[in-house]
Amino acid sequence: MAIPLTYNLRNLVVRRTTTLMTALGIALTVAVLLAVLALVNGLRVTLATSGDPRHVLVMRKGATSELTSLVTRTQFQDLKFKPGIATGSDGQPLASLELITIISLEAEGSGTGDNVTIRGLMPAGIAMRHNVKLIAGRWFGQGVNEAVVGKALSDNYPAARIGKKLRMGRSDWEIVGVMDAGRGAQESEIWGDTNQVAADWNRVLYMSSALVEATDASAAKALVNSINDDTRLDAGAELEQDYFARQTQSATPIEYTGIFVAIIMAVGSSFAAMNTMYAAVARRAREIGTLRVLGFSKLSILTSFWVESVLLAGLGGVIGCLLVLPLNGVTTEVGANFSQLAFGFHVTPGSMAAGIVFAVALGSVGGLFPAAAAAKKEILTALREI
Amino acid sequence: MRFLPLILRNSWRNRRRTLLTIASIGVSMCLLGVMIAMYSAFWLAKPKDNQALRLVTRNRVSLAVFLPVAYRQQIEKVPGVRLTMIDTWFGGVYKDAREARNNFPRFSVEPEKLFPLFAEWTIPEDQKQAFLRERTACVVGRDLANTFNFHLGDRIPIRGDIFPGDFEFTVRGIFDAPSNSNVMFFNKEYIDQSLPERRRGMVDTFYVLIDDPQHSSRVADSIDALFRNSTAQTKTESEQAFVVGFLSLLGNVRMFLVWISAAVMFTILLVSANTMAMSVRERVREVGVLKTLGFTQGTILGLILGEALAISVAGGAIGYLISTVLLRGVERSPMGGFLPALRVFDPVIAAVCILLAGLIGLVSSLVPAMGASRAPIVEALRSTD
Repeated sequence: MAIPLTYNLRNLVVRRTTTLMTALGIALTVAVLLAVLALVNGLRVTLATSGDPRHVLVMRKGATSELTSLVTRTQFQDLKFKPGIATGSDGQPLASLELITIISLEAEGSGTGDNVTIRGLMPAGIAMRHNVKLIAGRWFGQGVNEAVVGKALSDNYPAARIGKKLRMGRSDWEIVGVMDAGRGAQESEIWGDTNQVAADWNRVLYMSSALVEATDASAAKALVNSINDDTRLDAGAELEQDYFARQTQSATPIEYTGIFVAIIMAVGSSFAAMNTMYAAVARRAREIGTLRVLGFSKLSILTSFWVESVLLAGLGGVIGCLLVLPLNGVTTEVGANFSQLAFGFHVTPGSMAAGIVFAVALGSVGGLFPAAAAAKKEILTALREI
Repeated sequence: MRFLPLILRNSWRNRRRTLLTIASIGVSMCLLGVMIAMYSAFWLAKPKDNQALRLVTRNRVSLAVFLPVAYRQQIEKVPGVRLTMIDTWFGGVYKDAREARNNFPRFSVEPEKLFPLFAEWTIPEDQKQAFLRERTACVVGRDLANTFNFHLGDRIPIRGDIFPGDFEFTVRGIFDAPSNSNVMFFNKEYIDQSLPERRRGMVDTFYVLIDDPQHSSRVADSIDALFRNSTAQTKTESEQAFVVGFLSLLGNVRMFLVWISAAVMFTILLVSANTMAMSVRERVREVGVLKTLGFTQGTILGLILGEALAISVAGGAIGYLISTVLLRGVERSPMGGFLPALRVFDPVIAAVCILLAGLIGLVSSLVPAMGASRAPIVEALRSTD
């Protein structure tokens, strides 16, 4: 017969200081794990909302990022008239030749420069980004040194606010607008006219990449194949979504470091939980003896103490989740491909469940030995202990 | 001091608990040790002799924008400058960029200046001469050579991206460096000859060797002043600041370190407080006996605090030892090439770790110790817990 759960619950309540301290220790471990998972999740959400299934990104064959890719104007002229590309309201194909580079911007209060992506793009490029909306000012004009900055940038960098002048390649640029990309990666970019950016960086012939919009998602897949097979064009294409999915790799070092730290902390907390449970077993020696006299088996003693440890750790897990919740939505930045990308922490129910499972696992390992020790006690010696 | 044996005996009484506590503190402290070591290497450490002599000049706008090679003549005229070397991040793809270890740093440099600049690196003289003689030669660090099992005479194919083209380099030398050497250098002439005319003569950074570490900020300022009114403005900083700036590409590393350290410290505090509370609770009656024998409140307070101190210092020391092992792993990891030199054993950091552990131990035991020392004798003796 099993010992009722209330017995364990009451024990935890009676020794509330010890319970709370042990649970808090576990909670902090879980909180570290969850914070890292939330960071990685936030990055994934941002990158997932950045790509459109109809978009095809064209780069130099073998290039892994837009920053290191080269596409010539001649290649773009050939590319523009490939079948399957949608036409815009002006009757021109929806294709934009873009130049990507980075500048160093000083963040508020940091004193050090962060690398920020500059993107030169054509009018079609703006029309294609359906998720990007202007929230202040106006779009940049063609043929002038004007720029529009992402919301995340204008929030974090005083130098990138509307009306300010930014020193880019070789001249000053006026910031005329702010755009919102609904969590997309474009919120961390500065946009300007592609020809102006090219002139400013002295890169007139070699641009970085081209973005084209296909009529629908399946046409996009066909377009990718037809560009990759075109030996004369000699360029590589992939779905924009695939490109962004690959960028999540930049979070891998952070993810691994975080999980590693959480595991080491978990080892520490499981020792602490073990300590608490051993003390509980020692203090309740007479109770254990009494329970045995009443007819509870060794197994039910073992289960009871083990369950208590799991309850303790579960409580820690829940507190840990609560500790991390305020992080939800806090924005932070991470370096992706040599430039900053802003995104929010994203605490998901899934990761919270994972955190509680992690705590319970920790508690069950930590509780096993003390529970076994409790079960092994001889009835008579147990009763005699004070 | 004369109570030291008593303190040690007390802490050794419940061996299992003491060992578990020491283990718990030790494991947490080893994390803290790694973070303190990294923090100090990034932001606090004074660069070593040779490193303090090196400055890096780059385009103020960003590393992606080049500087004209002609700047060199002007930089070399600045008093205090002994040598300048062109150092350009080559990028490129080795085999398959999706595998992290293939993305080791690669630079195109001027071979005759590389080893005078990095005087702390060692390479056999004949290998150095071979590297100088052959245009397609490269040298690799010992760590890189070990990772890929490169030997002298091996060919390393790299497909350029920033500098388009297929390049093949022959390993002519393997050098040893005191810090991570997961890096490859080759002759910029080889790259230049395959570039179109208008792309030649552009450089990523100038490494500047100066004569005296004390002149470093003056030299840096005078270099930047030279180009303040030109189209390509420069930014000159110490090599250490440059490397740390590069690291910030990974995100807000500083915040990351501080927050995790805080969580770890708080965890240690809880673990230690819990242990001391348990051990004091068991001994309330004993405290009553000690008081009857004439021990003062202060002595009893000292006994309990001393016990907490002993346990946490032991945990701190063990944790620091584990952290040196972890740190060596961090240094040898593929990321190590991007990090500033970490000192695997640093007496200052060891002292900081152990003191910190001791301090946490003292703070955590303050409440139970005060409670025990203040308890009235009669009540303490009556306690059955």
